[in-house]
Amino acid sequence: MRLRDTLYLSLKAVASYRTRSLLIVLAMAVGVAAVIILTALGDGARRYVTNQFSSIGTNLIVVIPGRAETAGGFPGAAVGQTPRDLTLEDANALAHLPQVRRYAPLNIGVAELSAASRLREVTVLGSTAELLPIRHMELAQGGFLTRGSGRSAQILLGAKLAREFFPQGNVIGQRVRLGDRRFLVSGVLKFQGESMGHNTDEIVIIPINYAQALFNTSSLFRILVEARSRSDIVFAKEAILDILKQRHDGEEDITVITQDAVLATFDRILRALTLGVAGIAAISLAVAGILVMNVMLVAVSQRTSEIGLLKAIGSPSSDIHHLFLAEALWLSFTGGVLGFFLGQFGSLLIRLAYPQLPAWPPTWASLAGVTIAFVTGLLASLLPAARAARLNPVQALNAK
Amino acid sequence: MIYLSSITRMFQMGDQEVRALNGINLKIASGEYVSIMGPSGSGKSTLLNIIGLLDRADIGRYELDGNDVTSLSEIEQARARREKIGFVFQSFHLVPRLTAAENIELPLMLDGVLPARRKLRVKEALLEFNLSDRAQHRPAEMSGGQQQRTAIARATILRPTIILADEPTGNIDHRNGAEVIALLEGLHHAGTTLIIVTHDQELGARANRHIAMRDGKIMSDGKSVLK
Repeated sequence: MRLRDTLYLSLKAVASYRTRSLLIVLAMAVGVAAVIILTALGDGARRYVTNQFSSIGTNLIVVIPGRAETAGGFPGAAVGQTPRDLTLEDANALAHLPQVRRYAPLNIGVAELSAASRLREVTVLGSTAELLPIRHMELAQGGFLTRGSGRSAQILLGAKLAREFFPQGNVIGQRVRLGDRRFLVSGVLKFQGESMGHNTDEIVIIPINYAQALFNTSSLFRILVEARSRSDIVFAKEAILDILKQRHDGEEDITVITQDAVLATFDRILRALTLGVAGIAAISLAVAGILVMNVMLVAVSQRTSEIGLLKAIGSPSSDIHHLFLAEALWLSFTGGVLGFFLGQFGSLLIRLAYPQLPAWPPTWASLAGVTIAFVTGLLASLLPAARAARLNPVQALNAK
Repeated sequence: MIYLSSITRMFQMGDQEVRALNGINLKIASGEYVSIMGPSGSGKSTLLNIIGLLDRADIGRYELDGNDVTSLSEIEQARARREKIGFVFQSFHLVPRLTAAENIELPLMLDGVLPARRKLRVKEALLEFNLSDRAQHRPAEMSGGQQQRTAIARATILRPTIILADEPTGNIDHRNGAEVIALLEGLHHAGTTLIIVTHDQELGARANRHIAMRDGKIMSDGKSVLK
């Protein structure tokens, strides 16, 4: 029998059992759509996180005091537990490395900010002017710690804080109190919103030496370093480790994390998560496959006499085998295609509902969903098709 | 030419072995009109199935048009059925979801005939069997007589040399039965070998050769009586 005729006859059979076929197609479609939508969600989350990480800097290297082996946990997680602190001198020593474009020592703490009869607790970042370009922060007005003015009591306000404390807008030059010290507002940050869980609109930035005095510490929380280029990151990391090892009496008691490494780790974790979720969704396709097998087995028993007739009028077993395979393929193909469009539509709805989440279904997931549906349908029909083809023509003809 | 030599067909019924056919020797020349009669369980349908290559003998030899077809492969048997044999059944065995035209077209599809040629052949068959006005009707929309005419059209669409009819008038009224018999006999007059299995004495008597069966054996063949 020609392929065209096989496809035509099997399509007629599928169409003649409308409700049953529709339910199977729907089961397949839901399975494929689930694979596509869940993969789109997982991949969207991965892209969202990597975008967020990328936005905190370029060619970024973070130096953290302590090592996992010596601190007994995440390095620097608990300040004071590391064997040796990072100091401003350590940070300044990095300035001479040729692979380093800029660096910024960093301290973080919480203090009370008061001005114009208002008072609130704020997150305080102590650093240098280089922090802004390294962390891709921009100023809405004013300036901060121009070179040589590191010792002046300047303060930079987050956009929301500036609006809260000085609603009239006249911010630059105003005096504020942070803890027990007075500062002169030298600039205001642009609105940036949340990034990596930090709301930069509600922070203040002060010179590093003032921060150390405010928090009564001589150590640093981090040193942020920007390498000259992506290819310099590895060499910069080695050079930083070398120079700080020398400064720390030959002991390697710091941890250097590169932005690339963190990104790659998150990427791996979220990719695995996406695959896991897609795998779970694919189970529904396997269930749909079992449904196809069930329906095809019922079809064989319902149409036994028809199979007998086909054999009587000269159809070889292979033709009957092909007819039943083609029926299952019609069901799974239609289900796969419908599921593809349902999946695309579902992903579109998610993107419309959560514009910040780039929930675009990956091409591989769409292809895999449809292909798995097709293959599942094919595999599920092998047994019923073989059973139909094996039927004894005389017994089949006499079947009721 | 059909030549059966010492054909035996056995079935297992529980722990008993039943010989549905027991050493059948039979020669049917091309163009003969034969009726096979006998009570239920006499083996006439089994004989028809073996002649029609739907079943295989356990013992014996079957030659069709001079070729030994006793041990053909499944594919060769299917091809031989398609090319040489047409079946007409008591219950018509039409595919319910296909129209009359499509049911008639089925053997042509199985034979790989091109669609344009198929359409032409089906159109001729519809005219020949007076079914043109029923071409697009499904079996459920046709009378018993029309359904059997469709089944005969399907059986003859590939111009087989042998027509095997199993109780062809069993499910239709007398008037339609006469019409069906006339069609089958018309095929015989055109040179086709016609073998009819029936309980109907009147129908069986119309054949030129009468075979009577009992307990898997041929009891009489034409005017001669076999031991």
